Amino acid sequence: MNHTPAPAPAWQEVIFKVLKEGGVNQIAYVPDAGHSHVIRSAIADPDIQDVVLTTEEEGVAVCSGAWLGGDRAVLLMQSSGVGNCVNMFSLLQAADFPFFTLVTMRGEYAEFNPWQGPMGKATQGALELMGIHVLRASKPEEVEEIVSAGFDAAFEAGEKVAVLLGQELIGRKKWERK
Amino acid sequence: MSRDALNKRADRREFVAKLLAATPDALVVTGLGSASYDVFAAGDRDKNYYLWGAMGGATSLGLGLALAQSDKPVVVITGDGEQLMGIGSLGSIAVKQPKNLTIVVLDNGHFGETGMQRSHSSLGADLVAIAKGFGIADAYSTNSIDHVDEIAQGINARRGLSFVQVFIEADEPPRALPPRDGPFIKNRFRAALGFKPF
Repeated sequence: MNHTPAPAPAWQEVIFKVLKEGGVNQIAYVPDAGHSHVIRSAIADPDIQDVVLTTEEEGVAVCSGAWLGGDRAVLLMQSSGVGNCVNMFSLLQAADFPFFTLVTMRGEYAEFNPWQGPMGKATQGALELMGIHVLRASKPEEVEEIVSAGFDAAFEAGEKVAVLLGQELIGRKKWERK
Repeated sequence: MSRDALNKRADRREFVAKLLAATPDALVVTGLGSASYDVFAAGDRDKNYYLWGAMGGATSLGLGLALAQSDKPVVVITGDGEQLMGIGSLGSIAVKQPKNLTIVVLDNGHFGETGMQRSHSSLGADLVAIAKGFGIADAYSTNSIDHVDEIAQGINARRGLSFVQVFIEADEPPRALPPRDGPFIKNRFRAALGFKPF
């Protein structure tokens, strides 16, 4: 199959710029279309370890291990993955690790697939129940500031932060294959 | 070594103590429960990171640490139950192939912490075959402390990603409880690597 990626939206390029300038050494992920530019960029960057996960909670532990070893790591996932992480989030609280995750949202805006609804609608609540501070970017022009603000809170203040990237930002998923 | 040939099983405390004595520079991550007690019983050290929860997370935490500290050996010591809960992490680790990471699974085939219920490992699952299937070529089992020196040499030389299943007795040695204060253990570990508080 030939997957020539379309040019990335500017807001995705801006996210990678924030992570790169912030000295991120590891990017752990379960893929999503909204993260595709950052994932491609991580794979292409010799100074960043890209870590593909089988399930998102692995990433919570990878990011904690990275911090133990002096690295900055971030976790990329979709809203459904937040549900997979819930008990593993205990690690962040129990040891007070800094944590930064970018979550692409489903189930909240022009959603086609009803199976995405339950976890998408519970994502923010689940994060907050586990003590993670939630920020949200819904418009392309606010992505840089909000991602950067969350990143700094995580790695300068040691907070646990999730930035939700709204489904409105990501756009409607095209279901008809041509 | 076929499972049928295994009548003998190693003593967990003896195995862990000998391994840690032979790997003084290793950064050690322990899975919750008995594996943590075994490592603590062998002597507390600043470069031990004990988990008291986060079940299934020990090997993933070891991966992040091994990538961050590629010039130091990293050893994850955990149990079969803990490893099974995070079994997919073996796939994620195999993709990265960190040369400095060794996973040691102390396998008594039971969930020791919760009343010795049998685990998948004694009900048909072959953890070495699973590790190999995920792409960890250097995966093997042992039932004897006679193999510790060789394992330790591989660890110290950062010879390559490896997975060691250690068949141990399903007994319960006296509890030896490491500190439960997560921030303390984290900060002590980071300080031992020369990192200052932010």
